Amino acid sequence: MSGVSNTLQIVNRNVKRNFRIPQLLIFSSIQPVVFLLLFNFVFGGAVGPESGGNYINFLLPGILAQTALFGAIQTGVGLAEDLNKGVVDRLRSLPIARYAVLAGRTIADSVRNVVVIAIMLAVGYLLGFRFQEGILYFLLAIGVIVLFAYAFSWVSATVGLLLRDSETVQVAGFLWVFPLVFASSVFVPVATMPSWLQVFANHQPVTEAVNAVRYLMQGMGSGDAVWHTLVWIAVLLTVFIPIAVWRYRKIQ
Amino acid sequence: MPDKITNDKLAINVQGVTKQFGTLKALDTVDLKARQSKVTGLLGPNGAGKSTLIKIMTTLLSPDDGRVMVDGVDVLADPSEARKRIGLAGQYAAVDDFLTGRETLYMVGRLYGMDSPQAKKRSQELLERLDLVDAADRQTKTYSGGMRRRLDLGASLVATPHVLFLDEPTTGLDPRTRLQLWDIIRDLVKQGVTILLTTQYLEEADALCDYIYVVDHGKMIVEGTAESLKSSLGQDVIELRVSDAQLARAKEVIEQRLKTEVEVDDLTQRLRVRTTSGTDDLLAVAAELKKAKLTAEELSVHRPSLDDVFLAVTGHSAKETK
Repeated sequence: MSGVSNTLQIVNRNVKRNFRIPQLLIFSSIQPVVFLLLFNFVFGGAVGPESGGNYINFLLPGILAQTALFGAIQTGVGLAEDLNKGVVDRLRSLPIARYAVLAGRTIADSVRNVVVIAIMLAVGYLLGFRFQEGILYFLLAIGVIVLFAYAFSWVSATVGLLLRDSETVQVAGFLWVFPLVFASSVFVPVATMPSWLQVFANHQPVTEAVNAVRYLMQGMGSGDAVWHTLVWIAVLLTVFIPIAVWRYRKIQ
Repeated sequence: MPDKITNDKLAINVQGVTKQFGTLKALDTVDLKARQSKVTGLLGPNGAGKSTLIKIMTTLLSPDDGRVMVDGVDVLADPSEARKRIGLAGQYAAVDDFLTGRETLYMVGRLYGMDSPQAKKRSQELLERLDLVDAADRQTKTYSGGMRRRLDLGASLVATPHVLFLDEPTTGLDPRTRLQLWDIIRDLVKQGVTILLTTQYLEEADALCDYIYVVDHGKMIVEGTAESLKSSLGQDVIELRVSDAQLARAKEVIEQRLKTEVEVDDLTQRLRVRTTSGTDDLLAVAAELKKAKLTAEELSVHRPSLDDVFLAVTGHSAKETK
């Protein structure tokens, strides 16, 4: 029980961090909105017809997944910053649960994601986005994307603990996030890519998550994407939570 | 006198601690004992192993070998029990910019398992004690360096630790703020807290520490009270400065008269002579210089300072290592 209470305190600390540091707030909320506007108006004309006529309905689920991944980078960056500033040492010298620092960070980042997703949906609504499959499926879609982001926060936490320098973590973040985001169905239908790339694009987690959200919000594609995404989330959590906690224990 | 016996109990007992980082032996079979309700100082140049030893004593790092007892708890066998009894204030003043002073202390209180009213009460007490009430509800990014140190110290005091570890608590502070922190430290000792502090400032060790360890290259070189370390050099020091042109001649004249070696400090061009009878020899040196028609711009005799001790045992001055 005290582990849960410890975690809640760290969540509280990190939520304050995410919302009180202006650069972080702008980076995490304004940037995805800029992407949404840019892609909608720049690509909308060209890709619109391929995507079934209503590009914003196609694009928004994709941008949500992109936001999840870009946001995840900040989990690792923040952790590396805390390591270097001695905040982690202070917390490690307290009698608290070992997992609390990592769980507190990843959960706080999920809280931020919920807020950012709400902003995106509001902007999307103004651009003409409408969900088609009822409120239940809509909420399920939000749940899937938040869980998806949570899983990638743990990937990023692992990267942060391995590299331990916030700028390096930031740069490395783009290295692993860009291929996942762009070689996916986020912006364009996978069928428009060369066939060798389609093999990767069709099976990687971002495409599955985007397709799951499109299915749940718009009735597009097949419902298989939903459980494929859940499997990916389970796999990522099962692999990366133990690695991150192990690295955390090894900090010197 | 039961009082005396409790005072003599060891709050920290480190035995044979060794830690290797790759090929670097950071600590080599180090022993350290700290008595209860006393201030023990750990001195040494940067990279000597001070922070490594602090990290080991505060459960942040495991040694390759050795035993560490803190407040009666085996730190290596039961780190979580040890964490309940210690406080740590690091050299970076690890307080979050975006939290207020009050929020920082409250969070630490809750992490120690206090309920909300307890944590609030304790935060208020510490804010008052550390003179931070006016700034309590401002984010700490608006704090001065001294205020951050005080808050960091406050965070380490939340759970009323028995043993407090201070890793260079006053590095980078202005003299007035340093004195303020010294007062707080002395106050804590009066209340029975055992303190282990590292410092680069020898005058700080001299002013605060009941017992001093000097570490260099991962080894304990000397230990003792400030007084005993100074008198271990056993001798007074005569220091004088002459013009560059007269330097060699002055050295020769004094060496002939006192039959002992004169050191020349390359940096300051001062001549230094160790002597057992400071005042007599001072007069003799003055007379000899006059006879040789040499002029001393400065001439003094003083007891060895901790800086002299440091120089004698490590081969370099504490100040030039920073």
